[in-house]
Amino acid sequence: MKRQEILLTVLALLVAWYLAALLINRPILPSPIKVGQTFVSELDNGLVDHFLASLWRVLASTALAIAVAAPAGLILGQSKKLNKILSPVIYLLYPVPKVVLLPVVLLFLGIGDLSKVTIIFLILFFQILVLVRDQAAGLRFELIQSVRSLGAGRRALFRFVYLPASLPAILTALRQSVGTAVAVLYVAELFATQKGLGYYIFINGSTLFNYPAMYAGVVAMSLLGLGLYFSVDWLERRLCRWQSVS
Amino acid sequence: MIQLDSLTFIYPHSPRVFQDFNWQVERGEAWAVLGPSGCGKTTLLYLLAGLRFPNSGRVLINGQPLSRPRPQTGLILQDYGLLPWATVRQNAELGLQIRGFYGPDGKHAPADFRPSLAVNHWLDRLGLTPLTDKFPGQISGGQRQRTAIARTLALQPDLLLMDEPFSSLDAPTREGLQLLTLELVAEQQLTLIIVTHAIEEAAFVGRKILLLDHPPNSEAIVIPNPSAFQPDYRNASEYQMLCRELRQRMGDQ
Repeated sequence: MKRQEILLTVLALLVAWYLAALLINRPILPSPIKVGQTFVSELDNGLVDHFLASLWRVLASTALAIAVAAPAGLILGQSKKLNKILSPVIYLLYPVPKVVLLPVVLLFLGIGDLSKVTIIFLILFFQILVLVRDQAAGLRFELIQSVRSLGAGRRALFRFVYLPASLPAILTALRQSVGTAVAVLYVAELFATQKGLGYYIFINGSTLFNYPAMYAGVVAMSLLGLGLYFSVDWLERRLCRWQSVS
Repeated sequence: MIQLDSLTFIYPHSPRVFQDFNWQVERGEAWAVLGPSGCGKTTLLYLLAGLRFPNSGRVLINGQPLSRPRPQTGLILQDYGLLPWATVRQNAELGLQIRGFYGPDGKHAPADFRPSLAVNHWLDRLGLTPLTDKFPGQISGGQRQRTAIARTLALQPDLLLMDEPFSSLDAPTREGLQLLTLELVAEQQLTLIIVTHAIEEAAFVGRKILLLDHPPNSEAIVIPNPSAFQPDYRNASEYQMLCRELRQRMGDQ
């Protein structure tokens, strides 16, 4: 999407929100202007810390998921035998909604950051694993043979073929799952924490009844999701230019 | 230069492709390997490239048994084998990159290899200079094959193996690339082995033609074609006769 289209869409959504707030005219839907003012004032009032806590959890789990799932996907994609053994396990676990494992993860890993990072990691892990595996397995036999004929052994094949080939798969996986990851982060931050946008939204909405602040939290969480999505998009355009021009 | 010694090759759960097969290629010769689909042409090329190994017998190149791809052997395939995410220049540099990655170990790269990414000469020679920043998906089939040739020649091979390299190209591009290949082979004093199922291509390119039959192949049927690569050879009666003979022999098989 072009920048101009994005701006126009944002403007249209804000106008719709404004009109809805006028029509409903109740404290549970403040106008975007009121929320905007609260957002700015809340920045000094801890919103930034909550935002950074959430951002850190998403980034840490994303980095961890790439670091573990991408090599595992590459190995499975290269080894038919190993894939044959493990693919039924992946097939069964892949569709399980990972968010339902949250209570289990909390029981085992406690209430700190680790459990929240782990649950997002689980969502991203399977997505990246499956896409990278399929990408590596889909590399044509002829391509591999022709690069081998240039003198490439296993290490050079990894460096010059498998690694660059897995990059689009990693980015596609991230683009597909970054929304779910932020959604699950929200749920995860409802439990036993005092830092993070999930907690901030919940506490303002259900305990403090500060609805403008609650909406400011929702806006911050949306910005987090959008920011991540746009970052992946930008990386994809920069690193996988061949896909868009070819 | 190349010697196949009582070579036997079998794919698992399939009939033998070669059975006690003997064949010899001298340095600087231009061979076409012709035969119907499934006759083992590509398998033969992969055996020569060191990408497959015989069940018994030996493949000798310069008297040395082949145990892995030789740095001085270039292989060009029908589908070009280019990296889709790399530009024409990066693809042309790939072989040199790989050599640089290992260093002059005598195994993946020649022992006297000096790290370099000098491909400009080959990009220029193959008419690719205006396309260096394009990706394979942006250029034509003929240009992709030229890129694959530039990549191979940048490694200064002494043996060039080609597997149906021009079969997916249109006729004028195909004939242009056949001529260019023969020019380069003569220029660089390469030994050429080109695998094809096209009778006309074999007759035009191969100074010697190895005819393969339905497997198992146990005898090398060699047809000499000394006039190949003469100017205007395609219009010569000798060429027409050879094509007829090849067609007949392939029909008889």
